[in-house]
Amino acid sequence: MLRIDSLRVTYGGAVQAVRGVTMEVPDGKVVAVLGSNGAGKSTLLRTISGTLSLHRGRVEEGTVRLDDVDLVRRDPGKIVRLGVVQVPEGRRIFSRLSVEENLRAGGLSSRDKAAKAKALQRVHDLFPVLKERGSQRGGLLSGGEQQMLAIGRALMTSPKLLLLDEPSLGLAPRIIGQIGEVIAEINRQGTSVLLVEQNATMALGVADLAYVLDVGEVSLSGDARELSQTDEVQRLYLGHGSETPQEERLTTGPRKTLSRWTA
Amino acid sequence: MTQFLSLLVNGISLGTIYALIALGFVIIFKASEVVNFAHGSLLLLGAYTIAVTADDLGFVGAALLGIVVTAVAALIIERLIINQLRGAPVISLAIVTIGVDIIILTDLIRRIGSDILNVPHPWAGDFIRAGGVGISVNRGVAMLVAAVLIGLFFLAFKYSSWGVAMRASAEDGETAALMGIRQGQVSALAWVVAGALAAVAALFLVGSPTPGVSPAVYTVALAAFPAAILGGLDSTGGALVGGLLIGVAETMAAGYQDEMLFLGRGFGSVVPYIVMLLVLLVRPSGLFGTKELTRV
Repeated sequence: MLRIDSLRVTYGGAVQAVRGVTMEVPDGKVVAVLGSNGAGKSTLLRTISGTLSLHRGRVEEGTVRLDDVDLVRRDPGKIVRLGVVQVPEGRRIFSRLSVEENLRAGGLSSRDKAAKAKALQRVHDLFPVLKERGSQRGGLLSGGEQQMLAIGRALMTSPKLLLLDEPSLGLAPRIIGQIGEVIAEINRQGTSVLLVEQNATMALGVADLAYVLDVGEVSLSGDARELSQTDEVQRLYLGHGSETPQEERLTTGPRKTLSRWTA
Repeated sequence: MTQFLSLLVNGISLGTIYALIALGFVIIFKASEVVNFAHGSLLLLGAYTIAVTADDLGFVGAALLGIVVTAVAALIIERLIINQLRGAPVISLAIVTIGVDIIILTDLIRRIGSDILNVPHPWAGDFIRAGGVGISVNRGVAMLVAAVLIGLFFLAFKYSSWGVAMRASAEDGETAALMGIRQGQVSALAWVVAGALAAVAALFLVGSPTPGVSPAVYTVALAAFPAAILGGLDSTGGALVGGLLIGVAETMAAGYQDEMLFLGRGFGSVVPYIVMLLVLLVRPSGLFGTKELTRV
């Protein structure tokens, strides 16, 4: 189980990105974290994965524990070896490496050949397209395929806990549906998932538990289904009960753009 | 015609030596994002080590020791300095390596003094001739050894786990770290390989037709910088092509200098830089370099 306790993170010693967050990812569950831009979602994942220092961020207070191991200030490679791996926002596949090499890069943290072969089999079963396109450059895949490659690459580490940072970003609604199914399937195979999303419909559809982050604090939390019934989530994240119809909100709202588009 | 062929063969052999140096330069840049200006003095360190230990250890022993010493020196620079400054701007790191270069070079010049240290290659100054085409045995062996090493390097770069890790972290360091790839390890290994390649280049660079180890070898090694840069600083294939191009151009210019006397004598040693400038004018990021890269 991953347990985050009264976590406070600042950037450059000044900007507070996460202020006293406490949350849990129980074994075998899918936990969704919702929130708008700047809510502290990505900071949370960076803290868990140990890449905060690359962004000049610092844990001021609090703990992040995987079972009994404290993850704060550990090296990212060590955290991966402990079984926690992240699929970063915007996919960030290695576009100049082939699909096969991308998957291989995911498995480099472990020397266990049998485990890697098993992981590769699992990835190919989940995403047959990655097997077909094995020798193609990652950058030539479509957006949806790149997201599958990014998830597959992470699964090559045979993780206990998979962290997903906005897997729906920039994808067509039909593909987002597929990503949701894939997450549910990965979870069924025994991997816990922490899913950070702006797309609340998909996230609450697959999650068991959910947290809503608002400017660095948890504003709501609980069972995902119950949460999706609350007025606040309905209004803010699911687009019901507001004056404007949903379609219009989708097109007029400020959409996040991809920082890296390689296809 | 025979003169042309002769120059071509000699140019290619010099080019393979340059390619060894340039390859090291490029993998250091890819793995650590450092333009390593200390590469020339690392090479001179290798040459010096081989020259001063050859009497006691014999040629092979001295050569191996030279390779080990240079690789370890490169590793020490990486661990003690570059690794500590991870994330610093490319320019700061480059200036740090200039500082390291000055320190190593000054000490080596002090030790070598005005001597020319001899390296007792078993083939000494022997020459191979086929028709009118001739090449020193030293350069011939250099060509073969370099070809094998470069071949092995490219195989490792393409197929080994180190190669995949290296290319992944060169493309996106943070994501590579998220996948559990240890950048420290990747970078340390790159410096070791680069140091070893530089020492092998040194071994042949100080043999016939060069008289031996003197501080002038450093200047010769510098020609590998334009080779790496014109190939595209982040391209291993570019380092090979750049090395060969510079080697051939320099040898040709030196060989035909009687026909080009209006340029003055010794024009050959300027040619690498002229070729580099010409290539960069047309292709600012080098022949095979990635466009977004910081230009040199």
